[in-house]
Amino acid sequence: MTEATVASRPPGRATASRRPLWWLAYAALVVFTAFYVAPFVWMIVTSFKTNGATTAATPTWIPQPFVTEGYSEIANPALDQPVLKWFLNSAISAVGHTLTVLVTASMAAYALARMEFTGKRLMFGLIIATLFIPPIIFLIPNYLIVDTFGWIDTLMAVIVPTAATAFGVFFMRQFFVSLPIELEEAALLDGANHWAIFTRIVLPLSKPALATLAVLSFLNNWNDFLWPLFVLVSGPNLTLPPGLSQLQSSYGTDYAVIMAGGVLASIPVLIIFTVAQRYVIEGVARSGLKG
Amino acid sequence: MATQETTRVTASGVARSRARAATRGGPQKQGTFTPYLFMLPYMILFGIFVAAPTISAFWISLHNWDYLLPGKPFTGLDNYIDLFSGSGSAGLFWKSMWATAQFTIYSVPPLVIFPLLVAVVLHQKFPGRNFFRAVYFAPYVLGVAVVGILWRYLLDPTVGVINYYLGLIGLPSDIPWTNGLPWAWIGLVGMTVWWTAGFNAVIYLAGLQGIPRDLYEAARVDGASRWQQFRHVTLPGLRPVTLFVVTVTILASANVFGQPYLVTGQSGAPGNATRTAIMYITGEGLGRFRMGSASAMSILLASILAIIGAFNFRLLGRRND
Repeated sequence: MTEATVASRPPGRATASRRPLWWLAYAALVVFTAFYVAPFVWMIVTSFKTNGATTAATPTWIPQPFVTEGYSEIANPALDQPVLKWFLNSAISAVGHTLTVLVTASMAAYALARMEFTGKRLMFGLIIATLFIPPIIFLIPNYLIVDTFGWIDTLMAVIVPTAATAFGVFFMRQFFVSLPIELEEAALLDGANHWAIFTRIVLPLSKPALATLAVLSFLNNWNDFLWPLFVLVSGPNLTLPPGLSQLQSSYGTDYAVIMAGGVLASIPVLIIFTVAQRYVIEGVARSGLKG
Repeated sequence: MATQETTRVTASGVARSRARAATRGGPQKQGTFTPYLFMLPYMILFGIFVAAPTISAFWISLHNWDYLLPGKPFTGLDNYIDLFSGSGSAGLFWKSMWATAQFTIYSVPPLVIFPLLVAVVLHQKFPGRNFFRAVYFAPYVLGVAVVGILWRYLLDPTVGVINYYLGLIGLPSDIPWTNGLPWAWIGLVGMTVWWTAGFNAVIYLAGLQGIPRDLYEAARVDGASRWQQFRHVTLPGLRPVTLFVVTVTILASANVFGQPYLVTGQSGAPGNATRTAIMYITGEGLGRFRMGSASAMSILLASILAIIGAFNFRLLGRRND
């Protein structure tokens, strides 16, 4: 496809695109993009300033002096705001949530894609219908349910309930349906059962889809703010997003500390984005085109 | 009887498996329960955290459900009637609905138009295109908490860099971005555009890739200018994608919570003006623990959003035909 597009272009285009106007447009894009990155750069720069320097009348883009006070402050284990503990909590939560989604969604999706059973249409219809329910509806009932389980202020509250989202099932089912069925048929004839086919044939063929779902689930859980803000209560039990909110209210104008927390919370997601950019963007684009 | 068909979805698959089962003279060794065992783990989660809450939200809204009190008396539709008769906290609720409506009205146009421009530019071929694409998408992978604390600092009326640079170019340097109107709305919309434009741009880019190249070729042969190509080929080609972006953006904006919570504060400065519906409902239900009235408010808000969503998807379906 892409080769065809390149070939179909008029031959004069490559040279035409180096006209002064082209360079002007390119320069404009570079400048605008620099502005776009600036807020994030500012967060990093600020995190290496002294707290005093962060509120200076003349802000500077190079920390002077360059210090790591912000980071040593949030790494202090004796603190009311144990940021490293929050980091650990967020990691456990995001990994636990992602695994729960991958296992439950892919199993259900396999049944919906490859088996016939009574009630299948009803179940699939119900699952899809919930994609259209605004999530605010679930908030208070789920708070009460999580409370009944004794999960308030525990990581279970942020790992499990959000894994019930219909998106994973829907996403995996669409992928399974697109897989050629011949391999599975052959295995079935050879006497393999559905569990073996699922784990040894279907899942290995589904690595791209599983990776996409894993990355999206991890990012969602790592970044979730509203739900953990209310179900996690005490200092050491928070995840990073509600923790950052607490950091903001208790450190006031100590922006070096607050921004250091922000940088810390950004590092894992930016690494994932850099490494797995294809999966992130594909997932978003595909979820978009599904509509 | 179900056993013969346990494995197939596609019509041809079913036909083939039947034929094969017939030639081999036996059904596939598949227990009747197998599909249900595969469904079970997810359906447990679904039942507890999605299906049951949907029903119990209505049930709770029919009670004076104070989490802190032992009795939760049934009050029928009182919680709803209170909202419409203006008694109790109804005024504050409607004020928060109005704040949500304002944020949605102000944020949707830039969130629909700016990402389109980004996508059209990043759809061209030029050196470093993938890098630029990554940069515009990157803010979206940061959580609202990071974006919120960062922009609270950038927008700070006294020590924020935005006011500092406005002062440098001769504009007022004391704009109350976090506690004055209309500045708070501009700040909240601006940070939301920065945060989520990349998401919409990626959806537009996927749409742009779906427009057949020959349409542009044909337009060029007919002597259409760049602008005419955009106007008569790109825009019509993007119509379904645009409608989808509009719908998703309206719903996301109407659910806004983190940005005002972290930038204009829990009470939505100035004077509750930027306290949105989700902020008010969470405060009512999980702050003051008046869960009955909070559930009624959720259902009201959700109904409005569902109507908007259904209306837009209807349009979407029609245009797709």
